[in-house]
Amino acid sequence: MSALAGALAFVVIGVSGPAAAQPRDDIVLGMAIEPAGLDPTIAAPVAIGQVVWQNVFEGLTRIDRDGAVQPQLAESWTISEDGRVYTFTLRQGVSFHDGAAFDSASAKFSLDRARGEASTNPQKQFFAAIDGVEAPDPSTLVVTLSRPAGNLLYWLGWPAAVMVDEGSAETNRSQPVGTGPFRFSEWRQGDRLTLTRFDGYWGDSPALSQATFRFISDAQAQVSALQSGQVDAFPEFGAPELYASFEVREEFETVVGHTELKVVAGMNGRKPPFDDVRVRRALMMAVDRQMIVDGAQSGYGEPIGSHYTPNDPGFVDLTGEIAYDPEGARALLAEAGYPDGFTATIKVPQMNYARRSSEVLQAMLAEIGVTLQIVPTEFPAAWVDQVLQRHDFDMTIVAHAEPLDIAIYAREDYYFGYDNPAFVETIRKAEETTDDEARFALYGKAQRMLAKDVPALYLFVMPKLGIWNEKLEGLWENEPIPSNDLTDVSWRE
Amino acid sequence: MSEREAGGSLARLLLGRFTGLVATLFAVTAVVFLVMQVLPGDPAAVMLGTSAQPDTLAALRAELGLDRPAVMRYGAWLAGLVTGDLGTSTTYGVPVAGLMADRLAVTLPLAGLAILLSLAVSLPLAVAAAGRRGSLVDAGVSLFAQAGVALPNFWIGLLLILFFATVWPILPSGGFPGWDAGLLPAASALVLPAIALALPQAAILTRVARSALLDTLQEDFIRSARAKGISRRRALWRHALPNALIPVVTILGLQLSFLVAGAILVENVFALPGMGQLAYQALMQRDFAVLQNVVLFFAAIVIVVNFLVDLSYLAFDPRVRA
Repeated sequence: MSALAGALAFVVIGVSGPAAAQPRDDIVLGMAIEPAGLDPTIAAPVAIGQVVWQNVFEGLTRIDRDGAVQPQLAESWTISEDGRVYTFTLRQGVSFHDGAAFDSASAKFSLDRARGEASTNPQKQFFAAIDGVEAPDPSTLVVTLSRPAGNLLYWLGWPAAVMVDEGSAETNRSQPVGTGPFRFSEWRQGDRLTLTRFDGYWGDSPALSQATFRFISDAQAQVSALQSGQVDAFPEFGAPELYASFEVREEFETVVGHTELKVVAGMNGRKPPFDDVRVRRALMMAVDRQMIVDGAQSGYGEPIGSHYTPNDPGFVDLTGEIAYDPEGARALLAEAGYPDGFTATIKVPQMNYARRSSEVLQAMLAEIGVTLQIVPTEFPAAWVDQVLQRHDFDMTIVAHAEPLDIAIYAREDYYFGYDNPAFVETIRKAEETTDDEARFALYGKAQRMLAKDVPALYLFVMPKLGIWNEKLEGLWENEPIPSNDLTDVSWRE
Repeated sequence: MSEREAGGSLARLLLGRFTGLVATLFAVTAVVFLVMQVLPGDPAAVMLGTSAQPDTLAALRAELGLDRPAVMRYGAWLAGLVTGDLGTSTTYGVPVAGLMADRLAVTLPLAGLAILLSLAVSLPLAVAAAGRRGSLVDAGVSLFAQAGVALPNFWIGLLLILFFATVWPILPSGGFPGWDAGLLPAASALVLPAIALALPQAAILTRVARSALLDTLQEDFIRSARAKGISRRRALWRHALPNALIPVVTILGLQLSFLVAGAILVENVFALPGMGQLAYQALMQRDFAVLQNVVLFFAAIVIVVNFLVDLSYLAFDPRVRA
């Protein structure tokens, strides 16, 4: 399809002659957060994938703009009856940017490295089900599992599962070498990173010959960079309160999409009063989600009722499960033994969405007699230390960025302290089910359990506030996986 | 005292000061390292994020060398400092020395430009105000000084951005093209941030210089000079100003640490890849390899500048030498 479009474009340009203005073939894309290193297989920050995933690195599978799994470096696959043996047929004639060939040996190396003892892969648990990887011939990869893993193909499409070469794996952090349509060119830390088109790419050549990522954290600086044309696009603009001013301007396209970032106010279920489900439900009843979206996000964002986003396959809208009902909340609190409410602290990261949401939350909980004391907590360092690792908190608020990460509630040591064997069992079954429909039904069941038990107050999914030059085409509207996939991006005449 | 003895005591004085400088820097390394140890947060945990598992965390800590005892890591840092190896950034995965050099190429010209600007604004204003004490000019200069001290530099930066990005777009209002893009594009990117940094400093310097000038104008030697027929203007510029420079230089030295602190916000507002921004990022990421060297660098600047200010007293005021 895009080859056809390319051929058509060629004909049109050819006919109209050299006098016609050539569309630009470079892009400057703004990001609020600079990646910490460029290797998504050794560190978690989403900004890494937003630069390199699909552009520099590719996986055996990929996740498309609708969140669906598609073949990539694996052309096709077969799954054994019992769901334990995956046989992949790998694409031929693929090479890494440094000339090394991609074959089953590099695929085996990548998977063994990710699941190995010394692995620091942030999603190592995805590979836990893999029992062995074999490469019988260069284009065949056989992955044997110790138990069925219904999400394996999806996980193989994640940034953390991209294919790397043994010869360049060690230096990918600063000099990434992948099989993607763009090769790494230059990184001026703190300022910009440049990718250029890779001429030896196996697939359709991208329309862009060069892409520059610029890192601008300050919202006002983002605005002036867009206005002055220094930046062509901000796929994830940082300040909802300034967004409306771009919606009315003709030279910009503004698209409000979904991300995978679920903003939830987690409670410490290990200690009172949050170990009482009635208390957690009462707090949820006291929350008007739309008011949080309006007050903290200038109206951008979509309320959620569980740890799942509308992007995700198998999403169930559960915002009605516990609806806004302050009267009922007070009654339930009294029933739980807190007729006069209680006082608790909430550890709040410095990010705007968290700070503002917690202030609205504070006001709403005050209505039912619950006094929240906001404790600013530096994210990620202090938050990870206090909340995630030491569970030293009453309540907290944070956006969970990983797609389809509902399984965190099944982890025994996770910070919510959610203890529900039925939930753990449901997640286990879902992960072992290879039939999509049956699996999504199980994830639906898991969503309902969370909506009922409220280990965290489910608030809203963060919007993807895209702003770009109206002549740009092909940027993703939603973000089913943290990325700025540039393969289909082009300039309109 | 003979000429030679004076020279010898000067050398001893310099040597003493220099030894003090090195000892202070050494003490700073210990303090910086200790602070890093008590700072909550673990670089490995930051890198692995919210889904970190115990086994990957342990593997990453080992890879980054964080599992070694603190004393060993401190020793390795000091040894590296002596040999010029500042280590590798845990987040970026590149040598710290190169990172810092890139940032200095932005921050040093920025700070230099800010100092020049602040002197170029404050000295003429101070002379004008002191020359006509109580006049409208004096009142105007006082107002400027008041406002300049009160306004934070990042806010001045925001105003400059708003004005130059929309109303009068003759100067770049953010970003840095790099020195290889050419002297003019690079230097013009530094103008607005330098103004934002310089204004509060110029305000303080104006105040200090004005009152120092007024003090000096009361001195006998000015009266003698005036009695000999030197113009008021000449007396101000040639005789009073050099004598008023000592407090100005002292304040300038003290201000340098504020300049560095202010640079963090200003670099952020203008999206400049400078040292301030590097320090902030390293702190957020708990990139200790970068952070300890950057903090040491900032401390060294303040210490060395104070040392130079001391030396400048010797140059400006012969009485100190006695």
